Amino acid sequence: MIASSVTTPRTRSGLNRSARIIGFAVGAIVVYVVLLWLALQVVDGFAPERALPVAIQQTINALSIGAIYALIALGYTMVYGIIELINFAHGDVFMIGAFLAVVLTGGIFGQTGGVKDVPFLALLLLVALLFVMPLTGGLNVFIERVFYRPFRHASRLAPLITAVGVSFILQNLALLVAGSGDRAAPQIFPLDWQIPFGGAEISVLSIFIFALALVLMLLLQTFVNRTRLGRAMRATAQDQQAASLMGVDLNQTIALTFLLGGALAGAAGVVWGLRFGFVRQDLGFNAGLKAFTSAVLGGIGNISGAVLGGFIIGFIENFASSLGFSRWSEFLVFMVLTLVLIFRPTGILGQQLGDRA
Amino acid sequence: MSAALGRLRMDGGWRDRLVRASEAHRSITILVVMSLVSSLLVVFPNFNVLQGPSGWYDAFANAGVFVLLAMGLNVVVGLAGLLDLGYAAFFAIGSYAYAYSNSPFSGLDLPFIPMLVIGAGIAALFGIALGAPTLRLRGDYLAIMTLGFGEIVPIVFLNLDKWTEGTNGIGGLYRPEALPILGEFTPISPFPYMIVSLIVVTLAMILLYRLHDSRIGRAWMAIREDELAAAANGINTVVTKLLAFALGATTSGFAGVFNASKLTIVSPDQFLFTVSFTVLAMVIIGGMGNIWGVAAGAFIVYMIQAVFLKQINTVVENLGLPAFDLGPIHVDLLQINFLNYQFLLYGFALVLMMLYRPEGLFPSRERRAELHADEEAGEGAEVVGAMGGVPGENVE
Repeated sequence: MIASSVTTPRTRSGLNRSARIIGFAVGAIVVYVVLLWLALQVVDGFAPERALPVAIQQTINALSIGAIYALIALGYTMVYGIIELINFAHGDVFMIGAFLAVVLTGGIFGQTGGVKDVPFLALLLLVALLFVMPLTGGLNVFIERVFYRPFRHASRLAPLITAVGVSFILQNLALLVAGSGDRAAPQIFPLDWQIPFGGAEISVLSIFIFALALVLMLLLQTFVNRTRLGRAMRATAQDQQAASLMGVDLNQTIALTFLLGGALAGAAGVVWGLRFGFVRQDLGFNAGLKAFTSAVLGGIGNISGAVLGGFIIGFIENFASSLGFSRWSEFLVFMVLTLVLIFRPTGILGQQLGDRA
Repeated sequence: MSAALGRLRMDGGWRDRLVRASEAHRSITILVVMSLVSSLLVVFPNFNVLQGPSGWYDAFANAGVFVLLAMGLNVVVGLAGLLDLGYAAFFAIGSYAYAYSNSPFSGLDLPFIPMLVIGAGIAALFGIALGAPTLRLRGDYLAIMTLGFGEIVPIVFLNLDKWTEGTNGIGGLYRPEALPILGEFTPISPFPYMIVSLIVVTLAMILLYRLHDSRIGRAWMAIREDELAAAANGINTVVTKLLAFALGATTSGFAGVFNASKLTIVSPDQFLFTVSFTVLAMVIIGGMGNIWGVAAGAFIVYMIQAVFLKQINTVVENLGLPAFDLGPIHVDLLQINFLNYQFLLYGFALVLMMLYRPEGLFPSRERRAELHADEEAGEGAEVVGAMGGVPGENVE
């Protein structure tokens, strides 16, 4: 299932493919800017010259929130691709990642606000990522080993229920340790770093988040496509038995998938704190639901699909909040999920997955 | 498996005959057992254990709501094998239906008993609307769709504050009109509520057992075990699954109406995911698929949550244990609110149950025989998942 887009053999058209993807992305962003520009004028009565900078500013924000959803969605889609399980605990792994980042930057390094010193900021961010990503990845591997592996050959209902249980355990452990309510997350990336742009301001943090996510996604894509372990993952996703007969170590490959998914969720957790300035124990529930919707929207099991879906959800949410309907964003996302499941259950990029129940 | 079942059937004795008689006359058995349970529940609180009679009656009435919820969810999860994670949404819809029909907010004052049916019907319509597109897809999608639905229903009630009073909820609902014999429904005496909830639970149980033993019930279980095989045997899987899902929603809506009439207030925060999760935990702990087991499980879990966890705080306070330090961790039992841990406990209970005792605390005989058939046959096979262990991967 991870396969559908990435098993395409690397041929001479490889460069063309990248060019097409970039072209599509740029086109989509331009379309969104125009849409938002028009909507701001119609709904909020902005003057056209005032609406354009705001639209661009919001688009950058949409890209950063979309990047966070995409990073989480990757974990859902990879796990689903390989063992056909909705890992309900994945959103909570992301939440744990966000908490760990707070513990590191706030607790251990004692930061409270923006760090203006660029090399030190870079170091802090690097340390945060290197600290959180292995831990959340490891946590995800642990969850798979202890809670999901015994159900490898059982029916689908049992592991699904277990996954819900694990999600609840993680959430309530966080509640136990951190208490309820919002906990402040140190926003070490200075929020006042803004690029003034025709009356609006473009957040450097948003650009950073988008760029970081892009780098991680490219690394993942390269890993899955170009390495031996990545090939084992794709083979396992296509046919576990056949892969196993060809000498793929299933346990190792599945653990690796959980490791990568957890690490990406951890990275998303780190940037979440930077972007929103708070963490809470039920963070993973909402974000997880949106990220899962992203994965389904793009075509579950499909890596490119998860990224595409994440950005689409980011855009939808941003569109709603730009026009002042942010409290309806969950409702909108759910409507999208419903419509996708009714009209195109395989998602935008998915091809396989029929109507099996 | 058949060998194990056969062995269970073969040994005679009075116990076996009793079980077989109860299976042959289910409705009568339920009536007898429930009247015994009811008289126990009526008498027991008068001994003033832990709390006074009205406290117990109140707890029993609320437990009845959860027993009803659990039995309804059991049809969906336990019988048909569909995971519904947004069960509280239908509970909310039933509750708000009552709130609109019986409150100063809407100005209506409709009779209680017809509203039970209407509220349940409205919830059923929502269930069908949600289930119809989703049940054609694979089971996982239902789980996520219902999870999403359960999430947005409270949000919608919260956001439409013009029509729902938002966070505050709709308050001051009218209580049900007085019933013959039972008398008035007043805030001071929860006794009539308890009796109504016992009657409703009994009726629901009879109905569900009759369904369970019917052609529809067998179709549900066939789908649960192997959907492809069920379809091949001429079962219309989509309609049958939809029926189970709608029946679950109906029960939930029904419970919602009753609960709203008892609480006399509805607000969005009563219907969060924790409610769906609690009911799911009750079903799993009681024994998925076994109706009386689920009812017993729900009752026990609710009583633990509502009475004993609350009492632990009092008990600990009375013990007056001093605070102590465990290395860097400061332990002060007096500072711990044990109620906060209930969901953590549910989470662990759920996971441990699925891993080690998938048939639940009170499994049906068939189920236990099924799930442990391999062990009894001495094949040393691994314990399979709750649903009989059809290797899902090979169906494709």
